[in-house]
Amino acid sequence: MPKLIKDGLIVENTWTLIAKPEGEAAAAEVPAGQVIIPVSVWLAQKETLQTRTDIGVWLDSDESAELIGAEANRFPVIGVNFPLFMDGRAFSSARLLRERYGFTGELRAVGNFIRDQLCYLRRCGVNAFAFANPEINLDEAAKSLQDLQEYYQAAVDQPLPLFRRRA
Amino acid sequence: MYIYDEYDNSILRQRVAQFRGQTERFLAGELPPEQFLPLRLQNGLYVQRLAPMLRINVPYGMINSTQIRKLAHIARHYDKGYCHVSTRQNIQYNWPDLTEVPDILSELADVGMHGTQSSGNCIRNTTSDQFAGTAPDEIVDPRPYCEIIRQWSSFHPEFAFLPRKFKIAVTGSTQDRAAVQVHDIGLQILLNEKGEVGFQVYVGGGLGRTPCIGSAIRDFLPEEDLLSYLEAILRVYNLYGRRDNKYKARIKILVRALTPEVFAQKVEAEWQYLKDGYNKLTRDEIERAKGFFTAPAYDTIDNAAAQAAVNAQASESVAFGKWLQRNVREHKVPGYAAVTLSLKPTGVAPGDITDSQLEIIANLADEFSFGEARTTHEQNIVLADVKKTELFTLWQKAKAAGFATPNIGTITDIICCPGGDFCSLANAKSIPIAEAIQRQFEDLDYVYDLGDIDLNISGCMNACGHHHVGHIGILGVDKAGKEFYQVQLGGNASNDASLGDVLGPSFSAEDMPTVIQKLVDVYLANRTAEELFIDTYRRIGAAPFKEKVYAKAN
Ligand code: HEM
Ligand code: SF4
Repeated sequence: MPKLIKDGLIVENTWTLIAKPEGEAAAAEVPAGQVIIPVSVWLAQKETLQTRTDIGVWLDSDESAELIGAEANRFPVIGVNFPLFMDGRAFSSARLLRERYGFTGELRAVGNFIRDQLCYLRRCGVNAFAFANPEINLDEAAKSLQDLQEYYQAAVDQPLPLFRRRA
Repeated sequence: MYIYDEYDNSILRQRVAQFRGQTERFLAGELPPEQFLPLRLQNGLYVQRLAPMLRINVPYGMINSTQIRKLAHIARHYDKGYCHVSTRQNIQYNWPDLTEVPDILSELADVGMHGTQSSGNCIRNTTSDQFAGTAPDEIVDPRPYCEIIRQWSSFHPEFAFLPRKFKIAVTGSTQDRAAVQVHDIGLQILLNEKGEVGFQVYVGGGLGRTPCIGSAIRDFLPEEDLLSYLEAILRVYNLYGRRDNKYKARIKILVRALTPEVFAQKVEAEWQYLKDGYNKLTRDEIERAKGFFTAPAYDTIDNAAAQAAVNAQASESVAFGKWLQRNVREHKVPGYAAVTLSLKPTGVAPGDITDSQLEIIANLADEFSFGEARTTHEQNIVLADVKKTELFTLWQKAKAAGFATPNIGTITDIICCPGGDFCSLANAKSIPIAEAIQRQFEDLDYVYDLGDIDLNISGCMNACGHHHVGHIGILGVDKAGKEFYQVQLGGNASNDASLGDVLGPSFSAEDMPTVIQKLVDVYLANRTAEELFIDTYRRIGAAPFKEKVYAKAN
């Protein structure tokens, strides 16, 4: 089973990421088991998927956190996707999910982010990292979480900016 | 000026260690070049035509003598003995060795300096007025707010991978010397009727291939809301800025696509969620920041007597008098003056400075200006707190070191990008054009008679040399593999900011000095008494200039 970094540890990935459907989201098939489905599929099939507790959703970089909004906490896991690591929209989406919509579950970076972004992602509220590239050395990558340990500004992991903490 | 405390230092050390690791991974082939690219840019490292280029931040232009000596050491030890003051008040090295950059950054960290976010798609060094704290027309000293912005923007986790680079400038004076209207965000500090501090917020200005003047989206933002409001602007930009085309990714494009009104509404809507959060500035923090920018230990000086003495010296030395006239400015404290050291003698690339010159500047700062200096966006250096009684001695020393060219604000005080001599994006050379124009205007009395003229040169449409906002702007263009120069007139970077109009077909390098001479001739023939070049141009328009420059020789 593939692994990911979660809360600083390397753990089994028990969730399957479902790619965006080719055709209509309403027609996409949602398999049984723990799946993270595109938010469009969720929105199109909410009626029938409503009762399942083993469903998470993922947001693409051009999809707004508002699409999940107040519903966030019904999902055990939400993914934010990086189509390219330079596409930084997921950083804002993650903060919105945590800070505006109060999401407390697993917030997972998926796709093509790089290890050098882990620190910042964690600050934005992401607590799980599932690299698209299976060859990443997760032990090495997890070390990057320690790169920066003191910060100036308010963010999810440290809501008090340094100016409110400075002795 | 601001002094790093244990927090600033530990943050910086962590950053240096992080970058050292990244560089090692890159050199070992573990970090692919395309992934290393934004990481090195965020530490100031470009890869250029001849060598890497390293850009070191000088936050809002403030630098002390210890830091200047460190820059000299780096120029000597790691580079070819010189560096360059940029139009964003930063220092650039043109010949560092990639493998040594972590060491350079580590040495800089010893004196509280770095290249953090000096390049890349993130919030860049905040720039400001080089006369902050000393200018008689100052409403409020902008530097404490610049420092607050520096801390907020440094390593901001949400905004390190923006659609494009992002530049903020702040001014606290009535006369804008920070070009706030041509920045992604420009902040003009104001006082309201109750005497409270706030900001007029401009957004969506910028140069480059789509030059724009910023739009005011808020007339008075209370000072305690500075960071939450900036955060709202940046979040809207991060989420909605275009990412499909890097030429359309700047915030100016978004602001124009949405209209400034709709953009402002989006920001206000976002801000509603943020404004009462922890980013709201506290009185304590504002006071703490201000505490770093209090007046130095000025002496009580009889201004009239000091001025009389200076006038007497000027009447004995014409050269000193010229320097006083152009390079020395009024100071708000009686008996003091602000001095600009010119980095624009003819024949030196504008803004270039050698290691030993840096050391001399450090000594001059210690001797005459409380150990501090400022870099300017016109690519000069300012000693801001000089006793009038010491101006003559300072002038003699500055002259001996080559910084006393009395040309500040004149047509030979050219802003110029590195162009084809150093920059891999260039379409044409810039530095030799600057030199040729300086040679054309060697007669100082004549140059003084022309009054203030901003002449700005860029080697390509990226506009590093601010050519769009030069009263006379020169842009290097490529025509069938040959270098040509387009002339623009009527740009202005100050309060009534405007973008230049293209005069017509471009010229060869050899023609440039004569072309500029002709433009100046038209001005001289048409100006009213006291009228500046820019005002004459605005009054009479482009036609007379065109006529003269493009007239067929017969
Ligand atoms: C030699 C290496 C340099 C490279 C590769 C470079 C690259 C660029 C690029 C690509 C842009 C356009 C950005 C855009 O429109 O989005 C730009 C703009 C700019 N650069 Fe440079 N630059 C260099 C050196 C400099 C220097 C030496 C200065 C200062 C003298 C400078 C100051 C600026 C400024 C002020 C702008 C305009 C910013 C705006 O659009 O508002 N750059 N540069
Ligand atoms: S204007 Fe063009 S040529 Fe000049 S430094 Fe900028 S990118 Fe290079």
